[in-house]
Amino acid sequence: MGFDELSIQIDDTDRRILRHLLAEPDLATPVLAERAGVTQATCWRRLERLAEQGVITARQAVIDWRALGYGVEVSLRFTLDKTYPRAFDEFLAAAREVPEVIAIETFLGRVDVRLNVLARDMGHYQQIYRERILTLPHIADIEALMLIATIKDSAGLPL
Amino acid sequence: MIDLDDLDRAFLRDLSRDGTLSAGELGRRHGLSQPAAWRRVKRLTDAGILAGARVTVDRAALGFGVTVFLGIKLATKGRVSLEDFERAVTAIPEVQVVQHVLGLFDYRLRVVARDIADFERVLRRRIMTLPGVGQVEANVLLTEEARPGPLG
Repeated sequence: MGFDELSIQIDDTDRRILRHLLAEPDLATPVLAERAGVTQATCWRRLERLAEQGVITARQAVIDWRALGYGVEVSLRFTLDKTYPRAFDEFLAAAREVPEVIAIETFLGRVDVRLNVLARDMGHYQQIYRERILTLPHIADIEALMLIATIKDSAGLPL
Repeated sequence: MIDLDDLDRAFLRDLSRDGTLSAGELGRRHGLSQPAAWRRVKRLTDAGILAGARVTVDRAALGFGVTVFLGIKLATKGRVSLEDFERAVTAIPEVQVVQHVLGLFDYRLRVVARDIADFERVLRRRIMTLPGVGQVEANVLLTEEARPGPLG
């Protein structure tokens, strides 16, 4: 099933609700309904259906890791040794075992995999990097980007 | 910074999976009364640890089949050029995430598009015309996975 088939089932009302919800995920349903110009009952029903259809896949709480004492966040970009056929699988499985890794992404491009790594401070980061990251299998190259500030972070879509 | 106990960490693990869980449900899972569970959630929220909600959608089902991460290096630097760049880039609706980083690039962007042709349009008309933009590297997202993080 292609996504064309699924997108037919989504109408302008759904799009309007989703646009407001994605822009402000904290909105309570009554407020969301008002913004989207629908009744509360319609809003509940639509949200439920969007979740059933798998359009809304998750509603999760955001954890502010800085407030938990994790002041350092580094984006590590890996190139893997692809001459080894199971390089991706083995690298990803090992990366999942590192608790400080909060996100894993795979790419088509110059970068193969990116890991978001948290640490309490630079000393802690150094320790994680040496003991848990450099020991991951099949690494050909690593580049690090240290996060200074997040200027925008939204799941918004131009619907 | 507040100290967390095992129950706080369990609450955070549960809520980072399902943010719609009520205090009553959290309490039932971990053997606390509804008011006691509510007080814990409130304490975590007041401490800034629970910092809002995130909604995840199937972007492809909504017609956005392509997500690209861009690494951008500014050609000119200085306080004014950073501010100009940030103001312009955050206004682009297809740009979901803007991060100021230190390293090979100055900024990391997450860009959504309907398909590769649509991405090319966004790149040419919106990104390459940003004030001060220099070298740009693009990597197309294939898979992404959020991990629970260091919650013990």
